[in-house]
Amino acid sequence: MEKETWELRLYVAGQTAKSVTALNNLQKYCERYLKGRYQLEVIDLLKNPQLAEGDQILAIPTLVRKVPSPIRRIIGDLSNQERVLVGLDIRPLESPEQ
Amino acid sequence: MLEDTASLSTLPTLPKSLTGIDGLDEITEGGLPKGRPTLVCGSAGCGKTLMAIEFLVRGILDYNEPGVLMTFEETAAELSANVASLGFDLPQMQADKLLRLDHVHVDRSEIEETGEYDLEGLFIRLGYAIDSIGAKRVVLDTVEALFSGFPNEAVLRSEIRRLFRWLKDKGVTTIITAERGEGTLTRQGLEEYVSDCVILLDNRVIDQITTRRLRIVKYRGSTHGTNEYPYLITEEGFSVLPITSLNLQHEVSNDIVSSGVVALDEMFGRGGFYRGSSVLITGTAGTAKTTLSAAFAAAACRRGEKCLMFVFEESPKQLVRNMRSVGLDLQPFLDQGLLYIEASRPTLNGLERHLVTVHKLIGKHKPQTVVIDPITNLISVGSLSEVRSMLTRLIDYLKVNGITALFTALTSPRNGQSEMTEEGVSSLVDTWINVRDLEGVGERNRGLSILKSRGMGHSNQVREFLVTDNGIQLLDVIIGPGGIVTGAGRLTQELQEQAQAVVRQQELIRKDRELERKRRVLEATIANLRTEFESVEEELRQINDEEATRREALHKGRQHIANLSIGRIATPPDDQP
Repeated sequence: MEKETWELRLYVAGQTAKSVTALNNLQKYCERYLKGRYQLEVIDLLKNPQLAEGDQILAIPTLVRKVPSPIRRIIGDLSNQERVLVGLDIRPLESPEQ
Repeated sequence: MLEDTASLSTLPTLPKSLTGIDGLDEITEGGLPKGRPTLVCGSAGCGKTLMAIEFLVRGILDYNEPGVLMTFEETAAELSANVASLGFDLPQMQADKLLRLDHVHVDRSEIEETGEYDLEGLFIRLGYAIDSIGAKRVVLDTVEALFSGFPNEAVLRSEIRRLFRWLKDKGVTTIITAERGEGTLTRQGLEEYVSDCVILLDNRVIDQITTRRLRIVKYRGSTHGTNEYPYLITEEGFSVLPITSLNLQHEVSNDIVSSGVVALDEMFGRGGFYRGSSVLITGTAGTAKTTLSAAFAAAACRRGEKCLMFVFEESPKQLVRNMRSVGLDLQPFLDQGLLYIEASRPTLNGLERHLVTVHKLIGKHKPQTVVIDPITNLISVGSLSEVRSMLTRLIDYLKVNGITALFTALTSPRNGQSEMTEEGVSSLVDTWINVRDLEGVGERNRGLSILKSRGMGHSNQVREFLVTDNGIQLLDVIIGPGGIVTGAGRLTQELQEQAQAVVRQQELIRKDRELERKRRVLEATIANLRTEFESVEEELRQINDEEATRREALHKGRQHIANLSIGRIATPPDDQP
């Protein structure tokens, strides 16, 4: 599982405060816990509204973990680190800090 | 000021969007508010989704208004399959870019909430769907499902409020469905966000019978029907039946159709029933109501018209056999496809369902004549008022379609008329025929009378009738000393009258003979008198002759004597006078 590359998608709608916060938070966590083994795709629904249906996006911002399966969705600006890690199933054991 | 009054007079009325749903446009007086959201709420299984989908489909098919269906509960495939039985081909409409289905899947277990968010994604999806096909109509099927998916109710509520505002700004006519809550219209109180039009669907079970009713709770800026209206979910879709909005403006016909019994036709001023009218035959058990109605149906078939019979007591085969025993063969009409008999027990379905069946079969067979035998059996599946309201709707439906209808109703022998006919349908029907037992000394006979016949005169007599091997025969009225005489009394009366007639006839012949004799006697007397007269005349003539001779002799004698007296005796007496 450690070898697997994580595929993450962050859905945003324009450069709103929440979107920007979410992106910043996400990049921070990824660099810390998944360095070198993740792909992050940011999808702006204002530019590509047709993509909203495919991933069942309702809330903005939404982070979708495509790989590894199962698919997981995390909504909000990702400000609560603990819940993001639980939601993405990133084990705190692997964290270098603790 | 002048401008103000001018603008008042040309003030536009609230624009409305026709739903195309049977009856709903009548009670909303033109449809749902155009470009605004309408809330449709009701408990489970009352047809909210169906009504919403029909609104979209009719919009696409009848009014050329593309629609978006955003469903939160069922998937697109499930929905398409569910409404395919109604003849709605959703996949085809999707392919034609007239309809867009978007299934929003909400699952709490898949969603983790971290920090602030909004539902902009939903707006974008909906906005994209609307813009991609230029939709004018939108359906959000149970937006409440969001409440199960998103834990933050405060955010959700403000977002839903924003959604409705946004839909209004978009100018799309929207139906939002919602589950009915305890004591409130909707479980999540959505009615406070949708203030333009709220429609409540109700699925009520009283005495084990389900009745569906629709009510417009509010309709801002418009008048509307305020009653509870029964509605049906039929094979053709949703159908509201507004009784009171029917304006009694159906076309009428001056054609006359036969009742199937010649003598009965003669009792009516114009020789039958008006085409398109409704006829009620009431009577106690065993008074040949079914036979009369079958005769009517057969007469219609003989004219080459289609007839639909609903029988609630007999199977078609039994009816055909029984009618054959009175010389009425229905089988050929069945074979020709002119007659269709629908037999079912009233308890098989609820009232609503019966009405559906009647509507469906009338739509399918397009008959000119409908017979329902008997309507009173329907009471076993509904309360009196419900049956009455159903029959009102049925009769109205038949009248609007110009179908001649004949109903039979069983009356209780105790009070003569049952409540059913007295308060129920009797005021709705145009012609009312009553058949009853005339129970006399030791026997029962059948009597028939016309209680009313709108638009034509009718006989006031109670006619006795017989059910013979050759059908129904009305007998002439015989009035005895104590009123109308029937049955054996009638036979006695008839025999007596026959005997009297024979006696009178013989008397007449005898009188004739006597006259002849008198004539001959008189003629003989006349001949005698004439002979007598002749002999008298003869005698007179003879006396006259003798008298003349005598007078001459006397004259000659006198002459002779005169000659003698002057001395000219030698002169013959005839020389000088």
